[in-house]
Amino acid sequence: MSVIVQGLTKQYGSQKAVDNLTFEVRPGEILGFLGPNGAGKTTTMKMLCCYTQPSEGTASVCDYDIRTSPLMVRKNIGYLPEHNPLYDEMYVKEYLQFVASIHKIENKQGRISEIIEMTGLGKEQNKIIGTLSKGYRQRLGLAQAIIHDPQVLILDEPTSGLDMNQLIDIRSLIKNLGKRKQSFFRPTSCRKFKPCAIG
Amino acid sequence: MFSVFSKEIHLFFSSLIGYIVISVFLISIGLFMWVFSDTSVLDYNFATMDQLFSIAPLVFLFLIPAITMRSFAEEKSKGTIEFLYTKPLTSFEIIAGKFFANFVLVSFALLPTAIYYYSVYQLGSPVGNLDTGAILGSYAGLFLLSASFIAIGMFASTLTDNQIVAFVLGAFLCFFFHWAFTYIARMPVFTTTLDLFIQKIGINYHYNSMSKGLLDTRDILYFFSVIFVFLFGTVTVMENRS
Repeated sequence: MSVIVQGLTKQYGSQKAVDNLTFEVRPGEILGFLGPNGAGKTTTMKMLCCYTQPSEGTASVCDYDIRTSPLMVRKNIGYLPEHNPLYDEMYVKEYLQFVASIHKIENKQGRISEIIEMTGLGKEQNKIIGTLSKGYRQRLGLAQAIIHDPQVLILDEPTSGLDMNQLIDIRSLIKNLGKRKQSFFRPTSCRKFKPCAIG
Repeated sequence: MFSVFSKEIHLFFSSLIGYIVISVFLISIGLFMWVFSDTSVLDYNFATMDQLFSIAPLVFLFLIPAITMRSFAEEKSKGTIEFLYTKPLTSFEIIAGKFFANFVLVSFALLPTAIYYYSVYQLGSPVGNLDTGAILGSYAGLFLLSASFIAIGMFASTLTDNQIVAFVLGAFLCFFFHWAFTYIARMPVFTTTLDLFIQKIGINYHYNSMSKGLLDTRDILYFFSVIFVFLFGTVTVMENRS
């Protein structure tokens, strides 16, 4: 079982962002989150990545509890946050090297060129991140999420703000990843219902 | 820890920050030590480096919060803190990496002043007529002082996501812990009873004591405690993000 969520609750002051959420995701499954603004989709993902602590309930990722072993959870998760925060002043390759060194990846250079190839960043690989277009930024965000070959992939609105061509590119990229990976978990929040966004 | 450390060092020296910090420090110290006639060694007629060690804390008071203000405030406002805290890194690794990177940058600013030591050494009459022990002690004090300022500045940076607020708060806290206690101790209420004790809370007292060339373990312990307390505060604040 890749992801097990049990009675997860998050309280911000008097506001309940997530209320008693329970679900499971098996290896190889793709899951999409749908809901109106403020439904708690992003909060749930943040809790699964151990960025915020749940108020009640618990969850486990690859049999590691998010409360007791957050580091092991983070090791097994690839996460693309909502606004795709990147270090604008870094170079694309330099950034990927930084992420690879955090994950202590062996054969860094080989893996980085593999990832660049996979995400189609080839032409942009020597640029400064700040100069990348929105679509390429999104690809880079995806690249840093998959560089360590995670068991579980969590993507928060991976296609938001992209034009049609970029949308198709990113979607096919994610689909290809899903075929290759054993377990694949992709909650996508959709403002409007987009069947394509579920994959 | 090393990945965060090298990323920070890389950002310092691939942008202007590193070079600006080093040159501003060296230029202002150089002006006070060699050019301005009020404080210049050449007009002072004694072979000392006291000018460097009395001016440096003042320069660091502005320079170090300027380096540390971005540590967390920038990461928070850009959202990259979410990137760092969803990677397999502990708070300790992130904070220690940033702390040592800041410290290395400040050390790079301090190291070239060894040339001043050589110059003053050669200018002495007879050559080499200067108190090397006191200078070594002062350097040790200055390194510990800058590490304390870095810890204070980083702590200030965790409290806000606005870099200007982080800078002002950091500079104020550095000022408060360095000088304020010296002056509070002089208030009539405390004289004769508590003044020495209050002075000892401030960094200035321990810095001056080390400047005499006396490496007292109590002073060293004091600096390490200040660094520890503020880094601990930094870890606590970052761990309690909601």
